[in-house]
Amino acid sequence: MSPEVVLPIIIPLLAGALTLAFWRSTFYQRWISLFATTALLGSGIWLLSSIRETGFVVMQMGGWAAPFGITIVADLLSAIMIVLTGIIGLAIAVFSMAATPDKHQKFGYFPLMHLLLAGVAGSFLAGDIFNLFVWFEVMLLASFALLTLGGERAQMEGAIKYVTLNLFSSAIFLSAIGLLYGMVGTLNMADIGDKLSQVEHTGMVNVLAMMFLISFGIKAAAFPLFFWLPASYHTPLVGVSALFAGLLTKVGVYALYRVFTLIFIGDTGYTHTILLWVAVLTMLTGVLGAAAQFEFRRILSFHIVSQIGYMLLGLALFTPLAIIGGVFYIMHHIIVKTNLFLISGVVYRLLGSYDLKKLGGVYKQRPWLAILFLIPALSLAGIPPLSGFFAKFLVIRAGLEVDAWIATGTALLVGLLTLYSMIKIWAEVFWKKLPEGIDDSRLISNRTDSQLLVMLIPVVGLTLCTLYIGLNGEPIYQLASDAADQLLNPAAYIEAVLGENL
Amino acid sequence: MESLMAYVIGILFAAAIYMMLRRSIVKLVIGLIILSNAANLLIFAVSGMTRGAPPLIPEGAAAPLGIIADPLPQALILTAIVIAFGVLAFAVVLIHRAYEVVGNDDLDQMKDTDT
Repeated sequence: MSPEVVLPIIIPLLAGALTLAFWRSTFYQRWISLFATTALLGSGIWLLSSIRETGFVVMQMGGWAAPFGITIVADLLSAIMIVLTGIIGLAIAVFSMAATPDKHQKFGYFPLMHLLLAGVAGSFLAGDIFNLFVWFEVMLLASFALLTLGGERAQMEGAIKYVTLNLFSSAIFLSAIGLLYGMVGTLNMADIGDKLSQVEHTGMVNVLAMMFLISFGIKAAAFPLFFWLPASYHTPLVGVSALFAGLLTKVGVYALYRVFTLIFIGDTGYTHTILLWVAVLTMLTGVLGAAAQFEFRRILSFHIVSQIGYMLLGLALFTPLAIIGGVFYIMHHIIVKTNLFLISGVVYRLLGSYDLKKLGGVYKQRPWLAILFLIPALSLAGIPPLSGFFAKFLVIRAGLEVDAWIATGTALLVGLLTLYSMIKIWAEVFWKKLPEGIDDSRLISNRTDSQLLVMLIPVVGLTLCTLYIGLNGEPIYQLASDAADQLLNPAAYIEAVLGENL
Repeated sequence: MESLMAYVIGILFAAAIYMMLRRSIVKLVIGLIILSNAANLLIFAVSGMTRGAPPLIPEGAAAPLGIIADPLPQALILTAIVIAFGVLAFAVVLIHRAYEVVGNDDLDQMKDTDT
């Protein structure tokens, strides 16, 4: 028995039920959330350490042996993602204690947050492709409700696009599962990987690969399927935006990593070339979209799209170094992106706007906040010695090694344009004088604002994480390297899941 | 039977996408409903159709005798129907609320968050 592999699913589900039971008391809901996300992080670290020892942790639900029963399986990539889910969950729980208005808390903000975390953790641990679909839906349904909580016009407009495209993606995913089942007669991902290598009709396999690419591409916001993301991520509460920015698209990326290293590896010349072009265009369109924006969170949303391109590039190049780079990039990105969204929330609290043209003068009054912004912003752009530099360095070096000149050139150019966007935010929000007629009483007041201090705790914590990844890169690189080893050696995964039934 | 189902599923997918491309949000949701039904029927059709052979093991035998219907796709479809039901219930409430705040059911009037 290895309880650590189901704890990351059970803890948020329980916390969701408990917070629902305390529907009327936002006080208890907050503290339960804090406690539960800490426990989630703890269980993630437990899972990671036990995987460092044994390689894989597998659990067959109800004792039904794979491939017939439901399998929960964690490899190193899953464990890393679970730890990151815990970190982000904890950061958002702390941030939400101060930043969530009462009317949101009264309508189930915390229960929905836990259900979302359960869906995310379940997606990372599912060993069965239909279960992956079910966990996706759990996550999506919670995210729909979180996105519309508050009921403002912009939220409704954003939500219609978000809901429609995600439901469309689910329908494609479901159809692809059905076709795959009709072809190989199994749903267990390890078993599919094993059986699909014996299928002779590669044309049909490629069709399925493309259906999965489109379905997960919509969820990961890859080109040309990303339009729902910048239309909706800037509309909800900032805590919700930060949670989505950190975790939701990365579930799509994780699913792409899973299926394109385990299942569809028979014809990499075809599938991974398409992935490569998708990655290049994703990077480019995302960063160019951001350049045209003047709204804090919309700029950051477009940058999510462009950063997804780097992660896909790591997968598309499909060399050991590229996969290491991709995994490293996911770790770096989740922390940095959430942090930047949280900082936009802090600035909103000080000045009451997300519009860059109505912001300014923050550096003069709050130099520490400006530095807290600058560290993740420069890290996102890839300035050494911060975490983003090593992430970009690994991916670009992997590109150079296989002579992928266009992809590498684009990656470098996009890094430069990212710096441009970050400097634009820096100059507009922190550097320039506050425009006339903006209420700056909160910005210049010397009164200690306890809520603001609580909001700054996760920002400082995530900034320290970024600095840690950047300044102490060796163990993180080693972790990513071991994860890439496992991804590139699917036989070990298949053997761990199927055991003697192989 | 399978080829008839293939045509039916194809028509359902086409109808769903046609409805989703209309500008009215009500038609958009109708499109989503048809789409989820088309996906369910697709699972049903591709996993092989068997008539009058329930997956039961006769008393005394260790394995079913002869050809039986595969129960797994039906379990998948059942799960997918339940999920689609929940999600579509949400979508219906969403379009109702969107209609209330926007005052229009035209998707072209909902472009504020795109620019």
